Amino acid sequence: MSKIELTRNPVIKNALKNRYPQLTVFIVMLVGYIFAIFSGLIGTPVGSRNFGIVFVWIAWWAILILVAVPFFGRGWCAVCPIPLPGEWLQRGAVLSPPDKKPKWLNLRWPKFMRNIWLQNISFLLLALFSSVLLTTPNITGIVLAAMLFAAIGLSTIFERRSFCRYLCPVGGFIGLYSQVAPIELRVKDKQTCVTCVGKPCYNGNENGYGCSWDVFPGGLTKNTYCGLCMECIRTCPHDNIAINLRPFSADLAKPSTRIDEAFKAFIMLGSAMIYAGVLLGPWGAFKDAAYHVGTSAWFIYAIIFLAIIFVILPGLFTLGILKSKSIFPLKQRFASLATALIPLGLMFWVAFSLSFVLTNASYILASLSDPLGLGWNLFGTANVAWRPMLMAILAPAQILALVGGLIWSARTAQKAANEIRTSSIPIVTFCFIVTSVMLWLLL
Amino acid sequence: MAFAPLPVQYIAPQERTFRIEARQFAYSPSELKVNSGDMVTIQLVSTDVVHGLYVDGYDVSVEADPGQTATLTFVADKSGSFRFRCNVTCGAMHPFMIGKLTVGSNNWFLRSIGLAALAIAGVIISTKQKA
Repeated sequence: MSKIELTRNPVIKNALKNRYPQLTVFIVMLVGYIFAIFSGLIGTPVGSRNFGIVFVWIAWWAILILVAVPFFGRGWCAVCPIPLPGEWLQRGAVLSPPDKKPKWLNLRWPKFMRNIWLQNISFLLLALFSSVLLTTPNITGIVLAAMLFAAIGLSTIFERRSFCRYLCPVGGFIGLYSQVAPIELRVKDKQTCVTCVGKPCYNGNENGYGCSWDVFPGGLTKNTYCGLCMECIRTCPHDNIAINLRPFSADLAKPSTRIDEAFKAFIMLGSAMIYAGVLLGPWGAFKDAAYHVGTSAWFIYAIIFLAIIFVILPGLFTLGILKSKSIFPLKQRFASLATALIPLGLMFWVAFSLSFVLTNASYILASLSDPLGLGWNLFGTANVAWRPMLMAILAPAQILALVGGLIWSARTAQKAANEIRTSSIPIVTFCFIVTSVMLWLLL
Repeated sequence: MAFAPLPVQYIAPQERTFRIEARQFAYSPSELKVNSGDMVTIQLVSTDVVHGLYVDGYDVSVEADPGQTATLTFVADKSGSFRFRCNVTCGAMHPFMIGKLTVGSNNWFLRSIGLAALAIAGVIISTKQKA
């Protein structure tokens, strides 16, 4: 299947070039986000009745992991409200570029931190506290507020969206998994970019801002760091930017060689497995340990969590590829072959989330009518009883996701192995083993 | 392998009774195994706050007040693995207060492993043929 340029359609193109449709979505999202903070901090402490918990960790999470990331890649980043206040402050404008820019520090992000290690760490920090974060409204409120203020703070110190690009715990894995999405933003003709004077897509002009994500669109080869902010569509004087529909996982044909991205794949794969065991498993001792932050049991849980992600999974993976013949060094083989874990990790999260979301989705209706738990009944659904949904299709859907993910990963492993001229068998075996463990945990 | 009938050993249905203690946020015992067709009775005892026990797939439930025992009886006529979970909001980790009931063999798991093995073999063979 070749690419289909969606921006050839004038309706799509105008909707993307015009700032008002995006601004409308932004404002709705920002109001929802601030309300989630507000309800987390002052609403009912009962998580399953609190708008902040229910809408962030059930509704938003379901949309993000089951729809937005697999089908639209960084589509969520295109409408995420977290960087908005900071960005508006940084730009001194909400819509088109102002005549006079505000004088913020506008520093370049330090070179040694231009990777996703900080995002790996920020995700792990949230992951280690996730049992409390997912269930305690005021903690969710505090974390959401902290992310908003961190984004504002960084916008006044560093240029562009430094928070999104280098710190956001969600943005890191969305970027990794956006490579499998059938949507991409790319230039139509690279030579046009080479000869373009002033590079307004990166530096901005009167029609729009320079790339918020610090990306030069002419050099884009994968989705990972393009936040689909659409500024380059507005600024390009040559109409050289396209949004394309493409085959799934097109970016994975050229495997990454970055070790931070490889570890991101392990972090996500391992976290999904640990959550499946701890949150959805029948073992109460694990839940106690994960929930009671600061106790010795929690420290043991945290050590095991980190050991699975940084030692056991990468160790088994490395053992598999250690003896395989290749002219490439081990580090490069490790990074390239870890590309195979991207579709598998995404499908692990889909399978985990299906279980979590379908059993708790009925809370959405109740929370919609009484978002703060104050006894309201705005839409007459406040007293809807909890009931799991679609339980009959849960196991088949999870099997489909996991076995489908395994096949997808096996094919990706073969392509990555071909690129570095080595065998894919150890990686396929690794994927089969971890998939079997995940099947055992979920079924 | 994935779709073939699995060997089934016939065992006459029995009456099985389990006493399950519920506390924030765990059941003890948290894993039950019965044979298909067994008459299962669960005596739910709550040791702290009000807890419930809802069995996925069977759509049956029971609630127990603190210090009280409530009883749930049903015929385990569907094979496979089912989660049972608290259906009365009992605290922060309530959505994750989960146990597991296995009726007969866990067919979904066994078949999915078979399916995964077949799928991997298929991918490897098809690639070798292309090469």
